[in-house]
Amino acid sequence: MTHTLDITKEHCPMTFVKTKLKLAQIAEGDILEVLLTDGEPLNNVPRSATEQGFKVLDISKVEGNIHKVTIQK
Amino acid sequence: MAETKKLSLIAFSGEFDKLTAVFTLATGAAAVGYEVNIFFTFWGLDAIKQKKGRSFVGGNWLTKMFGFMMGGLHVTPTSRFNFCGIGPKIFRSLMRKNNVATLEELVEAATALGVNLYACEMAMHVLGLQQSDFIHEVKDTLGVATFLELSEGGRTMFI
Repeated sequence: MTHTLDITKEHCPMTFVKTKLKLAQIAEGDILEVLLTDGEPLNNVPRSATEQGFKVLDISKVEGNIHKVTIQK
Repeated sequence: MAETKKLSLIAFSGEFDKLTAVFTLATGAAAVGYEVNIFFTFWGLDAIKQKKGRSFVGGNWLTKMFGFMMGGLHVTPTSRFNFCGIGPKIFRSLMRKNNVATLEELVEAATALGVNLYACEMAMHVLGLQQSDFIHEVKDTLGVATFLELSEGGRTMFI
């Protein structure tokens, strides 16, 4: 199952907090697509997801400074 | 073996801005996989009181008076620009307007992320507070020795 989370309007630390809480909610094997802005969220959300044992499948640019990070639990 | 990432914070200050710093660090660290401990002592205990406004919590008339003056999370003053309590209201409104998490939202996120909250036994004794005066997420009442043991091997900050 694929879930979506938009954190483009969030600021530190809620960018990480919302991602972490959403990843905790979804089932093992589910996909989470996170919409985020470049800078701190783009640099660190995929890195911390990988460090915590999640699989970052893809990072792609959506438009402007918005990117989509696809994470598998 | 991977090194355990651990952050232990000593929340000594009871001011709105400093508590915001405590909970920003705590939630951010917990969200990126750190084990986080917060040890609340003295003025910092105001952040975890069940009664979030002003109430006479304490053991005797003097500590009850202190409890009333110190208050809880909703009435914490700012360390600068407090303006008799208007300052925190202005900051809260600025934070909401700019989509930045407020102190209350950060506390809620910290408990949702499983941040370990501890209260200082000595300060509680001085201020006549019991563990039942605190929110139920407070795991335990500790002294220095246990805090040092808990924080061993990680980073510690005093705010």
